[in-house]
Amino acid sequence: MKKYTFTESKDTRSGFGAGLLEAGKQNENVVALCADLIGSLKMDAFIKEFPERFFQIGIAEANMMGIAAGLTIGGKIPFTGTFAEFSTARVYDQIRQSIAYSNKNVKIAASHAGLTLGEDGATHQTLEDIGLMKMLPGMVVINPCDFNQTKAATIAVAKYEGPVYLRFGRPVVPNFTPADQTFEIGKAVMLNEGKDVTIIATGHLVWEAIQAGEELEKLGIDAEIINIHTIKPLDEEAILASVKKTGCVVTAEEHNRLGGLGDSVAQVLAKHLPSPQEYVAVDDSFGESGTPAQLMEKYGLKAANIVAAAQKAINRKK
Amino acid sequence: MSVDINKLEQTATQVRRDIVRMVHGCQSGHPGGSLGCADYFVALYFHAMKHDPSFNMKGTDEDLFFLSNGHISPVFYSTLARAGYFPVSELATFRKINTRLQGHPTTHEGLPGIRIASGSLGQGLSAGIGAAQAKKLNKDNGLVFVLMGDGELQEGQVWEAAMYAPHNKVDNLIAAVDYNGAQIDGSTEHVLSLGNLRAKWEAFGWDVLEVEKGNDMAAVVAGIEEAKSRTGKGLPIMILLHTEMGSGVDFMMGTHKWHGVAPNDDQLASALNQLPETLGDY
Repeated sequence: MKKYTFTESKDTRSGFGAGLLEAGKQNENVVALCADLIGSLKMDAFIKEFPERFFQIGIAEANMMGIAAGLTIGGKIPFTGTFAEFSTARVYDQIRQSIAYSNKNVKIAASHAGLTLGEDGATHQTLEDIGLMKMLPGMVVINPCDFNQTKAATIAVAKYEGPVYLRFGRPVVPNFTPADQTFEIGKAVMLNEGKDVTIIATGHLVWEAIQAGEELEKLGIDAEIINIHTIKPLDEEAILASVKKTGCVVTAEEHNRLGGLGDSVAQVLAKHLPSPQEYVAVDDSFGESGTPAQLMEKYGLKAANIVAAAQKAINRKK
Repeated sequence: MSVDINKLEQTATQVRRDIVRMVHGCQSGHPGGSLGCADYFVALYFHAMKHDPSFNMKGTDEDLFFLSNGHISPVFYSTLARAGYFPVSELATFRKINTRLQGHPTTHEGLPGIRIASGSLGQGLSAGIGAAQAKKLNKDNGLVFVLMGDGELQEGQVWEAAMYAPHNKVDNLIAAVDYNGAQIDGSTEHVLSLGNLRAKWEAFGWDVLEVEKGNDMAAVVAGIEEAKSRTGKGLPIMILLHTEMGSGVDFMMGTHKWHGVAPNDDQLASALNQLPETLGDY
């Protein structure tokens, strides 16, 4: 098992803030919109540097999506900012018609995704957003794993032409992706090569997958670990190459089991390489209040759950 | 600027012919609101707007138009074709398989003149505001026009946008409401009253003007000119455009029933008798 260490822990939303500032410096057409959550989205640095390129929308997410679509017509590259729940479910029809169907170059920056928003509870914790967004034709769906990857993803999507859903979170988590690693949309990141089981993780679950890999090694199990930061378009080639070698797979995500990364992987395998698959995901449930750590434990999204799922998947191999 | 009102009226008559023929041709679509807005569309595209039918999405230094109530696509398509955005012969494909003239306007099939999809109501004003703010950032002096239906004002997003535009001094924006008082299920008064519409927009901070005769070409042209003269003064402009649904076809007027119904062969003949061919049918 390849060793992964981190010298700092940071929130992925700060990675977005840093990436937005950098993207803004690289291209004067990059603009930002926010629905009354500047601090939560870490947009302060961008606003300080480019005040005339920032649009405070107020608590009006539908209007924000429409204005963003309109701004693209003048050649702007707008990043909308609010919580993931209010970036998706609340404004699904606006995104569908004015952004996706109209093929507008809007970047939907969605913070506080998943359970790890914590104490605010289920009203603010979306576990359905990946599913909603990946169903929209033409929409790119990205869920980076740590500060550095979120920063790199933000810079990368600013250079990509077309609608993007960029999902990240609230809590401070290990920052282990090399700062100089290039972010390639739609390209899986191989974290550890192994032969017994493939673990495919996205977002905050990537670090849990790495820890699970270390535990599995102690049990004599050689896990291949892949970070899928782009759920759509999915790196089918990387998934198939890995599962062909290992013969089974565990998918891990901070999302409903229905409609998430696991579903996308299952579809690829069902078509090309039917294989045992176990899901580490929220089992068709809403979240609730609690600390992020308590919630990840209660809803079965920890390294220990990945270890158990890996053993189960291996046992299902013929 | 001298305006040939007579010529604009002739163009509007041809647009009305196109509308009823298009809707008859596919036996679906929305003739009522389309006919009611024919004069406004012609006044915009053949007089008031600075625009280039060779069309590029960005429309630098042009005036841009956004149709929020996308169901009146027949009047939009006919106007664009007559203005030279695409061949008028293509109007015959309206709502038919593989057409660029989808039931509701879309950029998806690459039809020149369309800058955003509309149909699901309430979204066009927000898009227009964004386009107007982009023009300001780009130091582009073009104006942005948005048309909404009055029934559409029942959508909440409209009022989010209504609050935003004055706060942000989006004064290169001229929105209009097709104030015909009718929607699918009946009169707006009956379905969900709009109340004092002028007072509502003024309370939100808009500079409001009314065109009482929205189917009188001279009045429409004068109203748009007045609106243009009020831009650049710190406030977004709202035109309450009093129109009659079905205007120009007697049996489609005075009722909401022709909101989304196609005429049969006899009704088509009757309508065309009232609308002389002026520019040549497609």
